[in-house]
Amino acid sequence: MSEPLFSKKNLKLLSDPMNNSNPITVQVLGICSALAVTAQLKPSVVMAISVMAVMGLANVIISLLRNTIPNRIRIIVQLVVIASLVILVDQVLKAFVYDVSKQLSVFVGLIITNCIIMGRLEAFALGNRPWPSFLDGVGNAAGYGVILIIVGSVRELFGSGSVYGYQIVPDSWYIANGGFYENNGMMILPPMALITVGIIIWVQRSRNRKLIED
Amino acid sequence: MDRNSNTYTFIYAAVMVILVAAILASVAMALRPRQARNIEIEKKQNILASVNISTTVANTEEIYADKIRTQYVVNLKGEVVEGVDAFEVDLKREKAKPVEERLLPVFECETESGLKYIFPLRGTGLWGPVWGFVSLNDDMNTIYGANFDHESETPGLGAEISTIWFQEAFKGKKLFDESGRLVSITVTKVGQEAPETHSVDGISGGTITSKGLEKMLLEDFDSYKKFLMKKK
Repeated sequence: MSEPLFSKKNLKLLSDPMNNSNPITVQVLGICSALAVTAQLKPSVVMAISVMAVMGLANVIISLLRNTIPNRIRIIVQLVVIASLVILVDQVLKAFVYDVSKQLSVFVGLIITNCIIMGRLEAFALGNRPWPSFLDGVGNAAGYGVILIIVGSVRELFGSGSVYGYQIVPDSWYIANGGFYENNGMMILPPMALITVGIIIWVQRSRNRKLIED
Repeated sequence: MDRNSNTYTFIYAAVMVILVAAILASVAMALRPRQARNIEIEKKQNILASVNISTTVANTEEIYADKIRTQYVVNLKGEVVEGVDAFEVDLKREKAKPVEERLLPVFECETESGLKYIFPLRGTGLWGPVWGFVSLNDDMNTIYGANFDHESETPGLGAEISTIWFQEAFKGKKLFDESGRLVSITVTKVGQEAPETHSVDGISGGTITSKGLEKMLLEDFDSYKKFLMKKK
């Protein structure tokens, strides 16, 4: 290979999705699962890791096959690759780490429907070599994961008074215990996820004017 | 070969499908025994959890063999059905049968506070099935412990039925009212009136799952009613 594994160009593939080409806040992809799983932080983290595994692998496989895939059925081929990977991951988790697989339950299936994965296969892996494709997959999954984790922490903190299952808001604050505080029930419902994502988008665009469309 | 020709496309699709099917099928077959064992251990853990015994994956089998000495199957009339292994009864299949033909498993567990009867239940939540094990004191009325689980309820909302705080609330609640009518347990919202011995606090945002659980408790204990009456 003529260029080093972690050349500037390759590193950019990793870092860009975290910032100016973030799949959720800039490309507005993968919103559906971002709304569904972020009521608590833990599933958000698990989802981020699983998407990273599937996206990295799927990008490599499609990149390896890129010169053989018939153009007319390329979307179907991509779908088959993603779906098979997800099923494989699910089966392995069920056999070896059963409790983790129970936590993931619905999310494993949701990974298949994550439009970011297919978007990256179509936009990047079909036209690039395996290594850059792998970095692109991992980078985009990380960009997706960061937003999931931010939204998950905010929603769990204000909706349930805890973060990652640990109680943050002191028990004595609650109205039920004679205090003044009550969890915001709205936070655990999907609309607040959308509003939280909206606020992140707002902050990001006001700091980087280039992202604002006319 | 021309990558855009029909022949190439067909061959490509066929080879891909066969290959993927072969890989997935062999992985599924190779891993099945391990998965089945995990599921069996989990079921035993859940049964033990309903009588408030917590176990680890490693010691479940041993504790189960020690604690659950008697298990049998009854029918709607409360008569014991011979020759059926209660642990192997698949509630999903039983639920599809008319109620008179259903096999109803019962597990007995000897604890420090006397003999407990454990009943498996199964119903529907919002996205998929919910199930659980509920144990009763030997008065066949007071709930000693409960354990619920689900396939795909929403985390943070309906999925809260499998958390400790929700299950703890069932302890000491009663199935029958003073006149001997089966009223079961209702899952209530804030401000909703319900007799305290027959209700637990609901889950915000998890109303449909709670209602499903409520229905499961009422329906399934109704099919055990004759058995409960006999044992009383």
